[in-house]
Amino acid sequence: MNMDTDMMTFEHAASMGLSEDEWQLITKRLGRVPNLCELGIFSAMWSEHCSYKSSKRWLKTLPVDGAHVIEGPGENAGVVAIGDGLAAVFKIESHNHPSFIEPYQGAATGVGGILRDVFTMGARPVALLNALRFGAADHEKTRHLLSGVVSGIGGYGNCIGIPTVGGEVNFDPSYNGNILVNAMAVGLANSDRIFRSAATGAGNPVIYVGAKTGRDGIHGATMASTEFSDETESKRPTVQVGDPFTGKLLMEACLELMASDSVLSIQDMGAAGLTSSSVEMASKGGLGMEIDLDLVPAREEQMSAYELMLSESQERMLMVLKPDATDVARAIFDKWDLDFMPIGQVTDTGRLILLKDGGTACDIPIAPLVDDAPEYDRPQADVPSRPVIKTADIAETGPICDVLRKLMGTSDLASRRWIYEQYDSQVMADTIAGPGGDAGLIRVHGTDRGLAMTTDCTPRYVEADPKTGGAQAVAEAYRNITSVGATPLAITNNLNFGNPEKPEIMAQLAQSVVGMGEAAKRLDTPVVSGNVSLYNETDGVAIQPCPVIGMIGVIDDVALAIGNRITAADQDIVLLGHTNIDANGDVDGWLGMSLYARHIANRKDGAPPPVDLDAERSHGDFLRAQIIKGAVNAAHDISDGGLAVALVEMAMKSTFGIDVEMPETTNIHGWAFGEDQARYLVVLPDSASFISAAEAAGVPVQKIGTTNTSGELKFGADDAISQEELEKIFEAVIPDLMHI
Amino acid sequence: MSMSAMRVVIAVFPGSNCDRDMMVAMEQLTGRRPQLVWHKETTLDPFDLIIIPGGFSFGDYLRCGALAGRSPVMDAVMDHAARGGAVLGVCNGFQVLTETGMLPGVLLRNAGLNYVCRDTRIKVGDTIASPFTSGLAVGTELTIPVAHNEGNYFASDDDLNRLEDNGQIAFTYVESDIHGPANPNGAAKDIAGIVSPNGRVMGMMPHPERAMTPSIGGGDGALLLSTCLEALAS
Repeated sequence: MNMDTDMMTFEHAASMGLSEDEWQLITKRLGRVPNLCELGIFSAMWSEHCSYKSSKRWLKTLPVDGAHVIEGPGENAGVVAIGDGLAAVFKIESHNHPSFIEPYQGAATGVGGILRDVFTMGARPVALLNALRFGAADHEKTRHLLSGVVSGIGGYGNCIGIPTVGGEVNFDPSYNGNILVNAMAVGLANSDRIFRSAATGAGNPVIYVGAKTGRDGIHGATMASTEFSDETESKRPTVQVGDPFTGKLLMEACLELMASDSVLSIQDMGAAGLTSSSVEMASKGGLGMEIDLDLVPAREEQMSAYELMLSESQERMLMVLKPDATDVARAIFDKWDLDFMPIGQVTDTGRLILLKDGGTACDIPIAPLVDDAPEYDRPQADVPSRPVIKTADIAETGPICDVLRKLMGTSDLASRRWIYEQYDSQVMADTIAGPGGDAGLIRVHGTDRGLAMTTDCTPRYVEADPKTGGAQAVAEAYRNITSVGATPLAITNNLNFGNPEKPEIMAQLAQSVVGMGEAAKRLDTPVVSGNVSLYNETDGVAIQPCPVIGMIGVIDDVALAIGNRITAADQDIVLLGHTNIDANGDVDGWLGMSLYARHIANRKDGAPPPVDLDAERSHGDFLRAQIIKGAVNAAHDISDGGLAVALVEMAMKSTFGIDVEMPETTNIHGWAFGEDQARYLVVLPDSASFISAAEAAGVPVQKIGTTNTSGELKFGADDAISQEELEKIFEAVIPDLMHI
Repeated sequence: MSMSAMRVVIAVFPGSNCDRDMMVAMEQLTGRRPQLVWHKETTLDPFDLIIIPGGFSFGDYLRCGALAGRSPVMDAVMDHAARGGAVLGVCNGFQVLTETGMLPGVLLRNAGLNYVCRDTRIKVGDTIASPFTSGLAVGTELTIPVAHNEGNYFASDDDLNRLEDNGQIAFTYVESDIHGPANPNGAAKDIAGIVSPNGRVMGMMPHPERAMTPSIGGGDGALLLSTCLEALAS
């Protein structure tokens, strides 16, 4: 049987994840049944991963415009102006399914792929971040997966020489069978030298560059669009293999070529490889493309048209060059010892024509692949609103310091040092703040400017209330960027959910996007790029929903940026923001869905803390202005674990101590561990003028303590703990988990 | 010769990734941009110091530094060293220098089996006359970051004794308040850097070019490199 020319049936289509209706639509558009290669191309382009068919309707509701937005969603990465004619180019992308099957390669190629998305736009990548979710710390697979993913991320990022400056890691049993590995890359470019993917000029040469095409990763985009089952192991061959060395050569060669004014359009071969790159380039240009597959540099012999088109071999690019630029371009790729092969040309037929072995392996119209890709308004279940749990209804369990001993030893709050020390966070020599702070901060090379960046999401809030959780992820990212003194600019998002064909999952997806959109609008942080990862389920059980926000911000004079650690004694500590009040007028804090509720009270019910976007905005604007004025020595966003944990984090790794002034309330545990939003801790030499400025601006503030040299955290008269003890607990958790 | 007249060359291999950082560091100190030379070059303009930078030359394939050590440009580097010229290898550059035999020993996989990127505290050894250490008092401590997977210095007992007896141990890791073991990789005798018998070739694992300003890595790398340049210039 000739797999490339024999005609397909619906059974073949179903095995590639297409529905009966989608199969009917394909045969209608073609006026015939497709062959294997053609069907493979349709199934990849119409996969959830490439077509966003379940999420598109909701993604369209997100704010994407802003005065500083140069390129919104739709290109390889988003682009925003950061001043002085420079632009930040950034995007986040998931590699969840491959990383579960083969953690090292899955994570490594996730990093490689997101870096290509950024340098494809003409930007030099300058920073990496990630957002990771693993199963329960004591689950049998967690150790293996964590170890593999971390070395895979480091293996690629360290070798290619881009610093990893931030990220987040959480553990929850819902990820036991389906971990999340989201990688974000940030690059810098001149605003007027951004490269795009739309093909131009019929007759112009289409060039294949980079690594050769092999049989790895075939139909990976389709795998990423289905649920896992017990047979997941058999999918190992669909995981791509990364080669960061070739990635580095490809990056340098592409950037060198882009500086030579030869490139008309360029597209990375990511998910669905040669298929998506050729189709998207032609489609965006309103043109066609003809490719001779016999010319594609292949790593293996006898590869069929189907395999060549669906391979997800890494470190490859497709570009359209100016007709007279081929020689210049070839010389550059020769220097870097990379394949450079003209494989076809742009046409004005609007068709994708693939030649192979002297015949036509594929002849299909391009428009239906993109324009007719299905878009579903999938049904949503009602999300039952959860009751608000009163702090008084959650039992208090003893002194604050005893609770801290337990909380700082949980996998949720423990030190991530074992992880981030495996990442090169300093290469490029512009890292001002690497992992461990509120936001990563790099100097924009050769300038005084700084670029701040963070990834955030609190899945337990999203699960409890998707809309609030979607907004909270944006708000927390906004606070993290603000805490270093930077102005938040824009967002990239990574929507990780279960099977959208289930109404309750669809509701999580849709409602969290609504919340995210409202927050992005109010906080002036448009969504300029993103990625959707659905079907994160194993044997029918979905993950905790995880719509990750990657946010960047800019600070004009990076010398004014601050950290989140106490740097001196005799400083005042001020709580900025409102803490919940009970019916008697006493402060009580919001314990619903808090880590205190989860780990200490063993409760996972109740509503998460509400998000007040106006408060987020005014508190952030006020604090940022004070930091830029030089009034603040350190600032820290209050999030997981509440006020007490934030205090611990500010004093960690120092010889300083804190005397905390206790409030008059019967709800001390709520005050200490409530996770009320829109709050920061601020350390400064003299709080009086800060407090009066805040009051004038209508921002609630209260002095809650002072720093000293005791090395001890003291809550009131007789509840104290040494930093040393806490640090020991905090640092031991992950090494213990890894049996070190 | 003044520092600004120093002719510094940085060799660049496919996969080098600290070449730019070293170039910027040198320019900060000398006011003059060093020349970057591609690994395929065989004839170089005259120079005073050649630096083999950090990174993953040839992707660390085969062995770290093995392929770079056999690159065409290394002939010029070895000729320069044979004439008593100064050579500095940092991180992957140190690995390259051991591969060529210009420095004894080998850099093995870190004892902890993981890549490690963090600050380390290192101490200047009591060495033979060498431009790489002469500007710093014996025992001076510096905080300089490491970032490597293979920094575990190993040599035969004879070689180690010889290094010690000859005063070739330039830097050793020492205890400090930095989190984690003082020696980040299990290196024999806590070795962070060594010099050749004539003191003119140095290899070190820590990255001084990443510690060039108070806000980025601290200033100890700038101190180390500027004393090297001053000694070479005088």
